[in-house]
Amino acid sequence: MTQRPQSRSALFWAFTWLALQGFGGVLAVAQRVLVDERQWLTPEEFAEEWAAAQVLPGPNVVNLSIMLGERYFGWRGALCAFAGILSLPTVVAVLLASVYAQFANLPAVAGALQGMSAVAAGLVAATALKLAVAFKKHPLPLALNLGLLTAVFVGVAWWHQPLAWVLLPLAVLSYALTWRRLLP
Amino acid sequence: MNASAVVLSLSDWWDLLTHFLGLSLMAVGGAITTTTDMHRFLVLDHAWLTDAQFNAAVAIAQAAPGPNVLFVGLMGWSLGLNSGGGLGQGLEAVWLGLMGLGLAMVGILLPSSLLTWLATRWATQNKERRAVRAFKLSLIPLVMGLLLATAWTLARGAGQSATAPVFWGLTVLSTWLVWRTRIHMLWLLGAGAAVGAFLSAWP
Repeated sequence: MTQRPQSRSALFWAFTWLALQGFGGVLAVAQRVLVDERQWLTPEEFAEEWAAAQVLPGPNVVNLSIMLGERYFGWRGALCAFAGILSLPTVVAVLLASVYAQFANLPAVAGALQGMSAVAAGLVAATALKLAVAFKKHPLPLALNLGLLTAVFVGVAWWHQPLAWVLLPLAVLSYALTWRRLLP
Repeated sequence: MNASAVVLSLSDWWDLLTHFLGLSLMAVGGAITTTTDMHRFLVLDHAWLTDAQFNAAVAIAQAAPGPNVLFVGLMGWSLGLNSGGGLGQGLEAVWLGLMGLGLAMVGILLPSSLLTWLATRWATQNKERRAVRAFKLSLIPLVMGLLLATAWTLARGAGQSATAPVFWGLTVLSTWLVWRTRIHMLWLLGAGAAVGAFLSAWP
C-alpha cells in the first residue's frame, strides 16, 4: 500500500532532498526516494509517471515533480515540488561554477568526475533493473516488451539516431499493441 | 574573444528570453537535446559566450547535484557575468548574472512546465479511459530502453582511457549494489570520485 505526502512542505523537502542527491541526473535517486523510502508510488506507478514525464517536452525530473505535486495538492503542490527540485540545486550549481575555474585543470578533479560518472551509469542501469517488475502485470507478453526495449536501446545508444525518430515510430507501435490487448 | 567586451542591450535580453521560450517545447528527452541549437545561438551567432564557457556550463551541471537542465541557467549566469565585465567587477556583474540565469531558466522551463501541468490535469480526470491507460503502459518498455541507453552513454564517456577497465568495473559494481542492496548512493558516488582522483593523480 502506498503512502501520500503529509503536506506541501513535505513535498518541497522530498524533492529538494532528492535533487541534492542526484549527481549526473536525478532519475536513480528519484526512484529510491519516491518508491523505496517514502513509498508515495509503487514501482509500476513510478514507471508510468516517469514514462509520461519523459515523453512530454522539458526536463523529465522537473516534469515528474509537477505531475506528482498536481496529483497530491493541485497547482499549489505542483509549484511546491517544482520549487523544491530547482531552488537549492540552482544555488549549489552557481557556487560550483564560481569555484570551478580555479580547479578545472587539476588532473585529480577530472579523474574524480570520471569516476563519478562511471558510478552514475551504474545507478541508472540499476534503476532500469528495479523497474522491470512493471513488466509482470503488463498487458504485453515479456518477449514483446523486451523487443521494444532493445529497439530503443540500439537506436539511441548504438546508432545515435535522434530521439524523436526512434521514439515516435516505436511509441506508435507499442501503443497500438497495448491498446488492442486492454479490455475496453 | 575578450569576454568582457560583451554588451547586451535590452532587446538582446528579450531575444535571449524568447529564444529559450521557443526551445522549451522542442526539448523532448530533456533540455540536453537542444544544446546544439543553444551553441549556435549563444556562441556562433551572438558570441555572448566563449566555447570554453559553454562547455563548462554543461560539464558543471552534469557534475553538480540536481536536474541537468541547470546547465541552461549556468549559461545565462555566465552570459550575464560577461556583460557585467566578469565576476571581478563586483555586485553589478552578479546582478546581471542573476538576470541571465533567471531569464534563461524561465525561458526553457515555462512552456514545457505549463504543458506538463495541463496534460497531468487532463489525464487525471480521464485516467480510466482505455486510451490513457494504453498510452501510459505502452511507454514502459520504451523508457527502460532509454534508461539503459543513458547508462551506456555515461559508462562509455567515463571508460575511454587507459584505465578504462577500472571504470567499467565501477559501473558494473555500482549497478549490482544499487539493484541488490540498500547502500546509499552518495557513498558509491564518493567512492567513484576517490578511485577516479587516485587513478589520475597517481597513474
